[in-house]
Amino acid sequence: MSLSIDDIKRIAHLARIRVDAEETARYQAQLNGILGLIEQMQAVDTAGIEPMAHARDVQQRLREDAVTETDRREAFQAVAPQVEAGLYLVPKVIE
Amino acid sequence: MQHASLKQLATLLADGKTSSVELCQDYLDRIERLNPQLNAFISVDRARTLAEALAADERRARGETGPLLGVPIAHKDIFCAEGWRTTCGSKMLANFVAPYDAHVIERCKAAGMPCLGKTNMDEFAMGSSNETSYFGPVKNPWDKRAVPGGSSGGSAAAVAARMCPAATGTDTGGSIRQPAAMTGITGLKPTYGVVSRYGMIAFASSLDQGGPMAPSAEDCALLMNVLAGFDARDSTSLEREAEDYTRDLNQPLAGLRIGLPKEFFGAELAADVGRAVEAAIAEYRRLGAKTVELSLPNTRLSVPVYYVLAPAEASSNLSRYDGVRYGYRAPEYADLTDMYERTRAEGFGAEVKRRIMIGTYVLSHGYYDAYYLQAQKLRRLIAQDFAEAFRACDVIMGPTAPTTAFDLGAKRADPVQMYLSDIYTIAVNLAGLPGMSVPCGFGDDGRPVGLQIIGDYFSEARMLNVAHQYQLATDWHRRVPGGL
Repeated sequence: MSLSIDDIKRIAHLARIRVDAEETARYQAQLNGILGLIEQMQAVDTAGIEPMAHARDVQQRLREDAVTETDRREAFQAVAPQVEAGLYLVPKVIE
Repeated sequence: MQHASLKQLATLLADGKTSSVELCQDYLDRIERLNPQLNAFISVDRARTLAEALAADERRARGETGPLLGVPIAHKDIFCAEGWRTTCGSKMLANFVAPYDAHVIERCKAAGMPCLGKTNMDEFAMGSSNETSYFGPVKNPWDKRAVPGGSSGGSAAAVAARMCPAATGTDTGGSIRQPAAMTGITGLKPTYGVVSRYGMIAFASSLDQGGPMAPSAEDCALLMNVLAGFDARDSTSLEREAEDYTRDLNQPLAGLRIGLPKEFFGAELAADVGRAVEAAIAEYRRLGAKTVELSLPNTRLSVPVYYVLAPAEASSNLSRYDGVRYGYRAPEYADLTDMYERTRAEGFGAEVKRRIMIGTYVLSHGYYDAYYLQAQKLRRLIAQDFAEAFRACDVIMGPTAPTTAFDLGAKRADPVQMYLSDIYTIAVNLAGLPGMSVPCGFGDDGRPVGLQIIGDYFSEARMLNVAHQYQLATDWHRRVPGGL
């Protein structure tokens, strides 16, 4: 299947990436090219094959329920675009 | 000094014939002279490097020893290093100064290896030519019209031009091996889970793996002793006994069984690359190895499978760049959604956006089974091919890349053509196996060719032995580009 202009707009919105009209057309051509490559997968019968999520089958480790992190709020907020009084600032979301 | 191996540098330091400060000054001078031509480094911080070198010299003066104490290294700019700007090759992180160290950085610091700088790379490690970097493309030291490969192209070019004795890289679909091949150096992608991903900026978490890049296999073995190790902060880090990766370097190769998959020698392989690889295999026969023809029938599916799984994981991993907690934020926006959308539109480059959108699509409602689940099933078939192959051989060999380094700009307009540069490397990541690239000659254009060596899980020491014995018999790894 091939992606329409509306599909591209929907995907871009889901991915939270703003695209203008000229970019939308370019992405349509490029993403359809990539999907063309991906389509080769569909010809293979994979009935009964277990999906492989990870290269090595490992168990999720659990750790002690203990505090291991120290408070480094200032260091972490020093790299934030906008902070005030220890809070991250974003545009108003609740009227 | 610039042509000394890590072992030779370590000996010079141990014998008091040089100091870490002196070594670092030499390399920093060379970086300063060559970087304007090659663009291999994004960040260099002379004062910080020399402070680390001085600390290493002081440790030695206090009686401390260590195999690589005082030997400098450059790090791919994907590794967070406290106090260093860490950009991942992106405008999104152009001003990000890491507030903590990656595990790989911690290990290098503990070993006393000063950081010479942060190397250029494809943006978020997405690329095979280093042309997607926000900081401009890296030039191949062998021919400045050519790309160095990617995504660890800065590390590869820096090692090839001897601007550093060694560097770290990361490999999600070939990003250590393909640039190593294209710049005539040695690079190793370890078994998935051997090197911690903590502090290594995530691209595709089930495939990403850090590893060493250096002139020789012996150098890489010494570096593996530093980089590898269990780390509880990486949920897929493997809990294993520490290994000495140099232990088998001097084993003879008599009786080694080399598997040659017919799929690696098909129509897409350039004739000159094929000839160099065949010559390397002939050298292995002289060294006592036997060759076994075999098949990895699902190899042809590895590129399509990868371009589902890697973008899917990337779309999830890169959702963290929202302009709130760190990184770029668009200067103007109407509301929160607009802020996200403009921040990501302006902060990410074209290739990253393409992959996020492909990943978003294949994970979106109604398409998950057809794409993501199907790709995961095929991933198992690809891994099973290798398991079958390793019943008949000890290592698999073939070309690392189908061609020598291509010209800058040659594949930039067509993402699919770019992706096919990794046809021989991607399957190894999907299976989680270790793979390496070893220099084995030059193409008709005078650009380097890499021999790929693929091993079974945890066979890095054996692979390094296989590469080292070849390097004792040949001198391709000692060739350096002229005119620098």
